[in-house]
Amino acid sequence: MQLELSPADAEFRTRMREFFTTEVPREIRDTVLEGRHLTREQIVQSQRILDAEGLAVPHWPVEWGGQDWTDLQRHLWHEEMQRAGVPAPLAFNTSMIGPVIAHFGSEEQKKRFLPATASLDIWWSQGFSEPDAGSDLAGLRTAAVRDGDDWVVNGQKTWTTLGQYGDWIFTLVRTDPEVKKQAGISMLLIDMTTPGVEVRPIELIDGGHEVNEVWFSDVRVPGDLLVGEPGQGWTIAKFLLGNERVGVAPVGATKRALATLKATAADRLADPLVRARVAELENDLLALELTALRVAAHSSEGAPHPASSVLKLRGTELQQAVSELALDLAGPASLAARAGDDSPLEGWARRTAPTYLNLRKASIYGGSNEIQRQIISRTILGL
Amino acid sequence: MDFTYDDEQQALREAVRGLLATTYGDHEARRRTVKEQPGYDRALWARLAEMGILGLPFSEADGGVGAGPVEIAIVCQELGRVLAPEPYLASVVHAGGLVAAVGTPEQRADLLGRLSAGEIVLAAADTSPGKRWSSHTRGVRAAVEGTAWSLTGVADPVMNGESADVLVVSAALPDDAGTGVFVVDAGDVERTGYAAADLTRAASIRFDATAATPLGQPGRDLAPSIATISDLTRILGANQALGVMQSQVRATTDYLKSRKQFGVTLNTFQALTFRAADMYVSLELAHSTVDWATMTIAGGDRAAVADAADRVGLQVSRAGRHIGQEAIQLHGGIAMTAEYAVGVGTAHLTVLEQWLGNAWHHLDRLSGRVTEHDTVEALG
Repeated sequence: MQLELSPADAEFRTRMREFFTTEVPREIRDTVLEGRHLTREQIVQSQRILDAEGLAVPHWPVEWGGQDWTDLQRHLWHEEMQRAGVPAPLAFNTSMIGPVIAHFGSEEQKKRFLPATASLDIWWSQGFSEPDAGSDLAGLRTAAVRDGDDWVVNGQKTWTTLGQYGDWIFTLVRTDPEVKKQAGISMLLIDMTTPGVEVRPIELIDGGHEVNEVWFSDVRVPGDLLVGEPGQGWTIAKFLLGNERVGVAPVGATKRALATLKATAADRLADPLVRARVAELENDLLALELTALRVAAHSSEGAPHPASSVLKLRGTELQQAVSELALDLAGPASLAARAGDDSPLEGWARRTAPTYLNLRKASIYGGSNEIQRQIISRTILGL
Repeated sequence: MDFTYDDEQQALREAVRGLLATTYGDHEARRRTVKEQPGYDRALWARLAEMGILGLPFSEADGGVGAGPVEIAIVCQELGRVLAPEPYLASVVHAGGLVAAVGTPEQRADLLGRLSAGEIVLAAADTSPGKRWSSHTRGVRAAVEGTAWSLTGVADPVMNGESADVLVVSAALPDDAGTGVFVVDAGDVERTGYAAADLTRAASIRFDATAATPLGQPGRDLAPSIATISDLTRILGANQALGVMQSQVRATTDYLKSRKQFGVTLNTFQALTFRAADMYVSLELAHSTVDWATMTIAGGDRAAVADAADRVGLQVSRAGRHIGQEAIQLHGGIAMTAEYAVGVGTAHLTVLEQWLGNAWHHLDRLSGRVTEHDTVEALG
């Protein structure tokens, strides 16, 4: 048992901190730190800077640009990135489809996609959820039917985050309707410029355009864009969703949000009720961060640490709780959510209601918190 | 950064667990033990002395073993695991800690040597009726004539005060000169023993111009040292609470798998398994914080230890309420009975919390410091 980082890890952290705070443009980091929206160009620019330094996809296989780091080093990389306000590399690319192609893809797919995925020359979207297949993902209905060497896809995906920016979409499709529902699913990579692909925006309660429906009408997909084997899609999806051990809980980002709030609403900290709420949140975040460190330091290669579910569950709750504190501190100023930039009310206060509403998503996506409780009670407690 | 125990620490845990199992293999043994004086098992206490467990925190010069905080934490976790009523926290960690912190070399060698050998048991008398957690005692006042010191006042509750041989008493110094720490022969005081809510023994102790020996340099204000030892005791008490909570989560899980109602086992009901999952979340978050706070002690920085004590005190008090309450609720009526360990565990958590500092107290202290930092850093 030892609290201090080893000299090597401490040096590693310093190196990360220096790089993130000096190489990624101030304008991008300030946008993140102030909770404003990044443009597509800013996200791409930031990831290219990271990729050029080998810092975009450290958890990938080394031959495809990964780093031979420990989980603790990856944790430090992730924390320092969030602390500096550097946008995390696009999760669809680096956490989801990249590791899938590296693990299940053909050599040709790896060469074609992995470098462009790491550098964000290809922006990937995720095509998993459907209107009738949410937490019960295996109930998906989007169908792909063989036609010669091609697959012809028909159906609808939904909740496709930032699909309006997407170049390609990785989709789960039903290729065999005759077998057990999990066994009939395959993963297809689809160029979103293919005729028959249509992206329709969904307006959310925060007024933003973050997610989309993606419709497929007789979309023809070449056979070499199926990942792994036909029928392997469910295995791939489980690999994809269980792949992350580091960065499951948005610890650094939530800490940063709370610190920013303390600075912004400094005059309110004289109120003992406000101080108590801040102190309680800081303590809960500490416990979460320490648990993330325990998980990072103790996970065996390959299998996701079961406590990852604790991190997701508690991490999203705290992320939401900080947004509620911000909302309460803003008070009536939060009503001016959709006032223009010429509003006399402060920007941070005007953003609190949309942010609060937007973050309700956090306990739903990536396996809802009820799914996480299911994993804990079944996998960990054996109930 | 390392959250793992080394081989020797693992061996210590196995040894302590094995020894405790011989005495508290089942809850009935604890029930019998707490009903009779002194409220713990003297034979077990003697075995703990033989194994060097009672001397773990103290230097070899003082008759101890000179082990680190992690080793002491392991002992506390194991004691909590079986709800052992042995006064390790009160006598060794708290009272012994005070002697080690402020005593002269001669006092340390004498008192800690005998404590480590199991020859005497100590109690720390530092709580006055109606007072909350503070290192500035006012309930007991010290007076001096020439070089002869005496104490007057009431200390209550004094954990393990009923059967202790020697009392380590915090008392207000004359002329508002701060707080001193004194050694008093337990035979010289009037004491009224009673059982605490978890059936461990405590006492109300009355001093009436009772002869007392100052620990360390007479007349010196020892409030900072008293505070630090309270912080250390808070952290080690959190380890004990962790052991209790681990047992409660395990017992609750086992119960849900075996207890049948409506013809099926209770784990068929998601309303129950989800609540068990939430108990596990509280447990793991508390566990991480307890390990961190324990490791903070080794750094030796008083302010860091004080901060860690508040943070772990808050986290473990919240977790203790959550897990302790849910453990009873998910068991149902059986956990309301004294013959079943789960509900008694909740009583023990309650005593630890109110003795060492509850969530409210620690949150109050942390609230006072929120403007002193931007963020709370786990890794310093």
